[in-house]
Amino acid sequence: MSPQNRFTRWITTPVWVFILPSLVLLVLLGLPIFAVFWKSAGTDFFTYALAPTALSALRLSLLTSSLSTLLAVAAGMPLAYILARWKFHGKTALELLVDLPVVLPPSVAGLALLIAFGRQGVFGQWLVPLGISLPFTTAAVVMAQTFVAAPLFVRSAKGGFVEIDPQLEEAAYVEGANELQLFRFVMLPLAWRSLLAGTILTWTRALGEFGATILFAGNLIGKTQTMPLAIYLGLERSLGVALALSVMLVIVSVILLGVLRQLEKKVHNS
Amino acid sequence: MKHFALAPLLVTVLLAACGTAERPQPTPAPQARTLTVFAAASLTDAFTEIGRNFEAAHPGVTVSFNFAGSQTLRTQLEQGAVADVFASANQTEMDTLVKDTLVAANSAQVFLTNSLLVILPANNPANVQTLKDLSRPGLKLDLADTTVPAGKYARQILASLDKDPALGPNFSTQTLVNVVSNETDVRQVVAKVQLGEADAGIVYASDAVAVPELKTIEIPAADNVIAKYPISALSKAPQPDLAASFIAYVLSTDAQATLKKWGFTPIAP
Repeated sequence: MSPQNRFTRWITTPVWVFILPSLVLLVLLGLPIFAVFWKSAGTDFFTYALAPTALSALRLSLLTSSLSTLLAVAAGMPLAYILARWKFHGKTALELLVDLPVVLPPSVAGLALLIAFGRQGVFGQWLVPLGISLPFTTAAVVMAQTFVAAPLFVRSAKGGFVEIDPQLEEAAYVEGANELQLFRFVMLPLAWRSLLAGTILTWTRALGEFGATILFAGNLIGKTQTMPLAIYLGLERSLGVALALSVMLVIVSVILLGVLRQLEKKVHNS
Repeated sequence: MKHFALAPLLVTVLLAACGTAERPQPTPAPQARTLTVFAAASLTDAFTEIGRNFEAAHPGVTVSFNFAGSQTLRTQLEQGAVADVFASANQTEMDTLVKDTLVAANSAQVFLTNSLLVILPANNPANVQTLKDLSRPGLKLDLADTTVPAGKYARQILASLDKDPALGPNFSTQTLVNVVSNETDVRQVVAKVQLGEADAGIVYASDAVAVPELKTIEIPAADNVIAKYPISALSKAPQPDLAASFIAYVLSTDAQATLKKWGFTPIAP
């Protein structure tokens, strides 16, 4: 296409039809983030950001979100593989179950976890004789995060496995590969991008989990008070603390997104 | 390009819709009015009933409640939330709003008092019998956060109990070690104890009335905190006359009886 043609197309296409609606969304997404940075710049940012409460929340958030992402990947990858490649009765119901937490309000998730795994919960009461009580523990934070975030990984990974050409699968079988070898040497390398995208989503979702955590795990500094909880309580102490913590969470999230996207790009290029 | 023709139309419709929302609402008929009341979480049951009675006495009026921790409500109001009436579980939040000029000076009046007590799950899993048991190692005690009035009062009470020779000077220190969670509002404490996840909690007497199956332990009057609840109209209330009549109703014998039924101490004799 010559520059002349490109110009003609630019002025004849009603580009604003694309640009204006996009701007509405971008303004809505961008301005609040900008405002948080703008407002916190004036306050004693480092005093708040380096406060023991803030650092302990950051440490706990990074630990728990990493653990729940690990759990989601370790258990979610085989599950996604089954859902993508195997045919069996009740598969639709299983897919529905896995998708459910994505649309469920976090408060429902938290209550459900408490009713199921609480000390007097439907299943949790069986753990008491073993000396296990889950609510108010860091393990409960990881469970809440995994509950709401793991489905994002399963969805993404399943999408990656489904896209793979079935002929490759057949070829691998003809070559004498078993299911595990097929997974390891064919599926995994080809679905890499989707798996990484799923990991990004899961990690950031786990990092931001609030509703299910406060219901199931409670709020105790150093044990169950993750960054979103510390922000919620910080808001009630002073806006400065909440803003500093929010800025930290935004920065940590951006770094996570950046690192993982970089990884994704490299894998794609190789 | 024909299919593009619809898009500008859609955008126009959307923009028109935005425009409508920004324009001031047409003056509603005097019959259909909404009174917005921001009230402390502990008032949930009592005010819901009072609101229903007020609606019955004022046909066409709908009372819309926002129940949350007093400090959350105060923050919402400071950030521009619109309300007619604010009922707080402590004086501090009301004073802050007076300082912010959101509430006129001297307009707030105390409409009830509330004391605190210890609640236990119906089956009392930790076998708590006396206040002393709260300091037993390993007990799971749930409190409201220190930013919540009920949480602040609970800690004041524990500190005061240190003077009791039967409990010993380290009572509050040992008891606070047992705190498993600092909840964002007092109703969360009730929920966790009701579900049996926490062994004990310290909440308002009114909270215990709302959940009759809970076991309770009284706190000696000398150590207890008497929380005073102030109520006031907001200076920018959209319905100032309705706000005034709602507050007058809350102070009436009728509403005070409702408050008493829900475990509060009425101020009217």
